Amino acid sequence: MLIKLTGGTVYDPKHGVNGEIRDIFVQDGRVVEKPSDLKINAEYDLSGKVVMAGAIDLHTHIGGGKVNIARTLMPEDHRADPVYRTELTRSGCGHAAPSTLTTGYRYTEMGYTAGFEPALLPVNARQAHMEMGDIPIMDKGGYVMLGNDDFLLRLMAEKKDQKVINDYVAWTMNAAQAIGVKVVNPGGVNAFKFNQRKLDLDENGPHYGVSPREILLCLATAVKELGVTHPLHVHGCNLGVPGNKDTTLDTIRGFEGLPAHLTHVQFHSYGKEGDFKFSSGAAEIAELVNANKNISIDVGQVMFGQTVTASGDNMRQFANNHHANPKKWVCMDIECDEGCGVVPFKYKDQNFVNALQWAIGLETFLLVDDPWRVFLTTDHPNGAPFTTYPHLIRLLMDKSFRQDMLHTINPSAAAMTTLGSIDREYSLYEIAVMTRAGAARILGLQDRGHLGAGAAADITVYTSQEDKQAMFEKPDFVFKDGELVVRDGEIVKVTWGTTHVVRPEFDNGIEKLLKPYFDRYLTMKLGNFKIYNDEITENGRGSLTEHPLQFGGAA
Amino acid sequence: MTEISDDGVFEEVPSPFCGVGTDDLAIKVVGKTVKVIKNGCRVNTPAFEQPMGDIRPRVEGKKVSLKAAIDRAAELLRAAQLPLFGGLATDVNGMRETLALADRTGAVVDNMNFEKALRNFRVVHDTGWINTTLAEVKNRCDLLLVVGCDIEALFPRFFERYLWTEDTMFLDDPGHRTVVYLGKGPSGSASKSPSGKAAKVLACPDSDLPGVLAVLRALVKGNSLDITGVGGISVGELQRLAVQLKKARYGVVTWAAGAMEFPNADLTVETISKMIKELNVTTRCSGLPLGGKNGDQTSYQVAGWQTGFPSRINFSAGFPDYDPYLNSIDSRLADGSGDLLLWISAFDAEATPPTTKLPRIVLGRSGMKFEKEPDVFIPIGTPGIDHSGHAYRTDNVVALRLPKLRESSLPATSDILAAIEQSLRET
Ligand SMILES: [Zn+2]
Ligand SMILES: [Zn+2]
Repeated sequence: MLIKLTGGTVYDPKHGVNGEIRDIFVQDGRVVEKPSDLKINAEYDLSGKVVMAGAIDLHTHIGGGKVNIARTLMPEDHRADPVYRTELTRSGCGHAAPSTLTTGYRYTEMGYTAGFEPALLPVNARQAHMEMGDIPIMDKGGYVMLGNDDFLLRLMAEKKDQKVINDYVAWTMNAAQAIGVKVVNPGGVNAFKFNQRKLDLDENGPHYGVSPREILLCLATAVKELGVTHPLHVHGCNLGVPGNKDTTLDTIRGFEGLPAHLTHVQFHSYGKEGDFKFSSGAAEIAELVNANKNISIDVGQVMFGQTVTASGDNMRQFANNHHANPKKWVCMDIECDEGCGVVPFKYKDQNFVNALQWAIGLETFLLVDDPWRVFLTTDHPNGAPFTTYPHLIRLLMDKSFRQDMLHTINPSAAAMTTLGSIDREYSLYEIAVMTRAGAARILGLQDRGHLGAGAAADITVYTSQEDKQAMFEKPDFVFKDGELVVRDGEIVKVTWGTTHVVRPEFDNGIEKLLKPYFDRYLTMKLGNFKIYNDEITENGRGSLTEHPLQFGGAA
Repeated sequence: MTEISDDGVFEEVPSPFCGVGTDDLAIKVVGKTVKVIKNGCRVNTPAFEQPMGDIRPRVEGKKVSLKAAIDRAAELLRAAQLPLFGGLATDVNGMRETLALADRTGAVVDNMNFEKALRNFRVVHDTGWINTTLAEVKNRCDLLLVVGCDIEALFPRFFERYLWTEDTMFLDDPGHRTVVYLGKGPSGSASKSPSGKAAKVLACPDSDLPGVLAVLRALVKGNSLDITGVGGISVGELQRLAVQLKKARYGVVTWAAGAMEFPNADLTVETISKMIKELNVTTRCSGLPLGGKNGDQTSYQVAGWQTGFPSRINFSAGFPDYDPYLNSIDSRLADGSGDLLLWISAFDAEATPPTTKLPRIVLGRSGMKFEKEPDVFIPIGTPGIDHSGHAYRTDNVVALRLPKLRESSLPATSDILAAIEQSLRET
């Protein structure tokens, strides 16, 4: 099967292709060089169309216990967005915490072909994979959460060698079928179980006497030494706290050159200036990110409207429960492992804080110079549902639209942001970096996010339009592994994507420490805890794709 | 992973039956006979050892080929305007196919135990809660308050596995934990500490629990009350309990929605959950709802992620329409608004379908017996015995990987439902 995509305007940043007219050939699910023997089975005339690789969302809560709690908490939100069955697609629910099937359809209909769940609790990773197993078409993967688990904190308190910690991290990544490691409020979620309500970067946590900074360094070192491409994925201390920009600046400096990815940095970029003791720290953070090439970020943009926040950070979610709208919320402590908190939110453009959060996110996007190190996220659904991405892209690409929006928000907030004075407009090339090439690079997906020979043929085709929201809302075509899955913004075929993992090596001797720990303190046998490959592949839809480790210099 | 030793004994076998995630059973399989030889209990041992019955499907009481049974089931479903899918006691894959078939046929789905589970779900829909999981209980719980539930009768190994443990990470002596019962007292001695300290029982009839919990919550909030007692319990006793809850470092309040057989029990769960939230202003305290036997949580979880709703979903309008009252299978059978019953019960041969005049298709654990023969009966395998699968335990966090223990040639629920759907798709 040979497909020719003829004459499209191609944006392929991995190969430096910036809006050039090119033909693309696809054979058996892969992009190939122009074949000498030209028996073309299908040809698409893409003249006047914009062609990019399929988009990749590197931080989106699409599967796992807290997502399902969010769904259960929000029946009225589902009722407002029922999703009907079609000949091809299953029914479900949409809006803030959509059903798994709807998640797959709606992402694909926007030209996204992969999404990564950032919060696989080791003990709940099985559920996350089962939920993601019911997300059609897209590829998926997850980052396993460490840093509040009692086992790691015990190792650290006992001053165990970094090598032992590396073995434990690698063992857990394998057991949980992960592609990365995430830390959420390092030590803080654990401290909350001891009734502590706040844990600063250099404050020693209860019981173990280990500080968040030590946890961050320990895990970032492990990730690097294990050869895992994706840097430690960091949800830092003090989320949402006015003045937390200082913690974030400190956190960045604290990595001392080690690779780290700071997620939903918008929620960690708050000063405490002004009448309301709440201000933007975006400029300072962007400046430090610009200066530190080891750091990447995603924004966690807030968009106005109803959503539901679902986070592993139960310490901070508990603290924020009085913001719940509607007034209901769930917190959980989980299995000496992690925790979670689920709090519905309604971000309002006339609310000072919410409006400034919106502006801080946009400032961050616009002030970080290098699109390879900043990623487009709303921390779905925490800042907003992922379906707001086209609107967000327009805000980034269209200054006058952004100004118009700025004039509609809470005036005190508008007065507190420098947004109005920022002229930058993202180009299509930069959008392609941020949502494709850069995301693939930072995840270590060598055959995704680009259109060179050998790439998986995940391809999105848009009609070039002035209104970028309209353009990115409804691609003309989406190909997933070479199959046409979307035409004119609607699903035309349902396929099943793969699960991306890495498998760092470890000394099996770590099980000599783990087995007695499981038997004495946990409630599952070690052997029952590990997720075996057949659990993901046995239904005939799922598959696993292992990516190479990367030692020495980065890509 | 469940290991099999040389003498045909499976070690570290997880149980889908008991709800509290025991995964340390040793099971010997000889031919088709399953025997629990270590760590069995009143719930798990009989459930694993239910004798296997016939494996041949039947249509109108006559033994037929599997294909004939599937074709007949598809034919009945095709003719139905509003099929009702009840039972839903199956594993994750079984539930996935149940929902796929319900979506295709416009069915109403409802788990056999949802009437009880709804007492909890209403609280999650309306107010939320703070909950914990079993390993946190094991390592942190210094005060366990049991509301309206004789734990050991329902969950025989709960105390042994999660409370009276040899080790905990954070308590000096796990044997010093305090246990208080409110409402029903314990039927046996499992709640007695290893050193012989009996649990404190503040007994009251179930029907007084709403009042007792309301008073306890008020006392926790520091309100002074103009009464001397409620439900036969003195306010002084409840005041003492309120102080214990406030002083506990990691209190846990547990209840079993299934055991709360009194009107408006959901409001009592709500009172408990709000009280826990209020306690967390100054200390830590969490809820631990007990349940999850025979795949209950599994069916709610899968329905949750595929539709947004736990049960009682009507697909007939082309989308998942949740109505926790209208879509009860029992009330639909009573008011005659369905025209076919598909019953799925893979864990317990005794969990049989309700009798009704409607045509019935039953996917039941092999050995199931009927007062009235269903139109189609397909004996199916039990997840964790006849085929591998996944099932959730009570805290919804841990999904157990269930192994296959014997060669029975009994099909999985998901295989049968997928075959029925395939047959519908082809015509
Ligand atoms: Zn986060
Ligand atoms: Zn997140």
